[in-house]
Amino acid sequence: MPETTTPPKKFTTKADFHHTARADRYQFHDYYLVDDLLEDHHRMARQAVRDWVKAEVSPIIEDAAMRGKCPTHLFRGLAEVGAFGPSLPVEYGGGGMDEIAYGVIMQELERCDSGLRSMASVQGSLVMYPIFKYASEEVKRKYLPKLGSGEFIGCFGLTEPDAGSDPGSMRTTIVDDGDAYLLNGAKMWITNSPIADLAVVWAKDEEGKVRGMVVDADAPGFSAPEIHGKWSLRASITGELVFENVRVPKGNVFPDIRGLRGPLSCLSKARYGIAWGAIGAALDCYDSALRYGLEREQFGKPIAGFQLQQKKLAEMITEITKAQLLAWRLGTLANRGEATPAQISMAKRNNVHMALEVAREARQIHGGMGITSEYPIMRHLMNLETVLTYEGTHDVHLLITGHDVTGLNAFG
Amino acid sequence: MKLLVCVSKTPETTTKIQLTADGTEIDTAGVQYIMNPYDEWYALVRALELKEAAGGTVTILNVGPADNDSVIRKGLAIGADDAVRIDVSEEKDSLYTARQIAEYAKSEQYDLLFFGKETISYNGSEVGAMVAEFLDLPYVGEASHLEIDGTKATVTRDIEGGEEVIEVQTPLAVSAAKGMAEQRIPNMRGIMMAKRKPLTVVAPVDYPDTTRIAEYEKPEEKGSVKLIDPDNMEELVRLLHEEAKVI
Repeated sequence: MPETTTPPKKFTTKADFHHTARADRYQFHDYYLVDDLLEDHHRMARQAVRDWVKAEVSPIIEDAAMRGKCPTHLFRGLAEVGAFGPSLPVEYGGGGMDEIAYGVIMQELERCDSGLRSMASVQGSLVMYPIFKYASEEVKRKYLPKLGSGEFIGCFGLTEPDAGSDPGSMRTTIVDDGDAYLLNGAKMWITNSPIADLAVVWAKDEEGKVRGMVVDADAPGFSAPEIHGKWSLRASITGELVFENVRVPKGNVFPDIRGLRGPLSCLSKARYGIAWGAIGAALDCYDSALRYGLEREQFGKPIAGFQLQQKKLAEMITEITKAQLLAWRLGTLANRGEATPAQISMAKRNNVHMALEVAREARQIHGGMGITSEYPIMRHLMNLETVLTYEGTHDVHLLITGHDVTGLNAFG
Repeated sequence: MKLLVCVSKTPETTTKIQLTADGTEIDTAGVQYIMNPYDEWYALVRALELKEAAGGTVTILNVGPADNDSVIRKGLAIGADDAVRIDVSEEKDSLYTARQIAEYAKSEQYDLLFFGKETISYNGSEVGAMVAEFLDLPYVGEASHLEIDGTKATVTRDIEGGEEVIEVQTPLAVSAAKGMAEQRIPNMRGIMMAKRKPLTVVAPVDYPDTTRIAEYEKPEEKGSVKLIDPDNMEELVRLLHEEAKVI
């Protein structure tokens, strides 16, 4: 078992971070007037999150990422603005909104930082959603309102050191022990785990069936050491989950869901959010590159006036526009309950890769400045390298599309 | 307490204003609109704080076209109880707007009528005072603090080199300046609740136009900067004399 490190102080405060002087000059770009396809409350939700981000997060995000310190005080702010489970019902701590509202909220958060969006995605899609969807009424009432208000932080344990793209090979198990199950095993790459109050954990029962459950972090035998040394998502905290004979009350185990369908349904929800979120990161890079290109002069004129730089900017906004339309259409399907996991895979894969390419091109336009914390580019670029492979790798999503269109399974 | 907050719509603060070809109108194509910040951040939020402390209702009022409903809904999302829009499709001057507000408010018995101290678009700041005049109410402009105790209002105004504290009885009209409250960002529940809050549209009363916009002019663009070598004082003097014509 890995050694347990000292748990971090649960919540940071604003004062723990250095406020950078750089003003957040971001302006939204909507080349194809996709906003016309949205409703008033979508635009209002987006603006509310943007205002909150500009006031509370933009001034500290570079410092947080540079120091690799998660601004945990933002959990409360994320809850207050309503970023946790916005599409879940109000009585269970959600916002009662539709899937497009959820998407635009994720887009605004990731416009600031993929780590910030991850904090919200995990809480809403990977913790609140499975509890809402699969837990007993008693468990829902116990956990969901406190998760929605940010009083509880949750994490999601599926991936293991030896079970990533192939979650069916997981080794974490539960065995019947009277009024509880005994949980043993370890999970890896778990966003929020070192500061979590609870974890939604997936483990195999004695019949080898994957079961989901809510595990309290203060249960004896539960530990969550932090993973250090990340070059990506540095403003988000990541850890392991280690279970040594953790007693999980039987009531905490989701009663009616067996197999990988349970965790995969949560991942679909989170991947949907990433498909929108990645556009935010791309927009921030494009916005900065466009402004820099118009302000930076070489050879006597703005560098945006040179064909090679224009090619980059033109291709960026073209790809962003295509991604915006893909996300919007996916949102309308999701609102009707018709978005398939394969369609979500396509959007996640396309939009994250698009964002990574936009960030790379933006880095070039910024020249040397693009690698400094004066601009958000390198932070987005490093973050997106993670987003490309978490929640299903770029390659795995391609195989999902391949499987969907051919009917032939190319996994394993 | 029955509170009325009168709000106007202004272009988003980073908008680059373009004029129509004849210079008599603002070109609204592509312009994003927001609620005038003085109305939203200070007047509306202080009204909500007073309601939260002492009970009552907060009503938002706007004079304008149906396009303004999205701005009004934001006020409802922040916490106002209901809204009224006096349906006027064309741009009108302050006197017209004030007359419409007064006609609506005169039978409603509001304890307080809030306005922002000015609109950031046209720098207008007259409507509040005009409404107070029409309704024969006391008016305190550019208030940075407002406390209510029963029917006594204590209002603080920033004046040159200090503050002025005024005591006045409600009902009254007040225009809100920076300091009266802090901006509130609506949350998702507020945004969803706003969809269901009543927004009543009423017809305007007949009132003549008293002014007409003859023309707008934009300020001249700033010229480029000329750098003169510090050793070349004669050239600097020549340029200041012959080109800038300041000496």
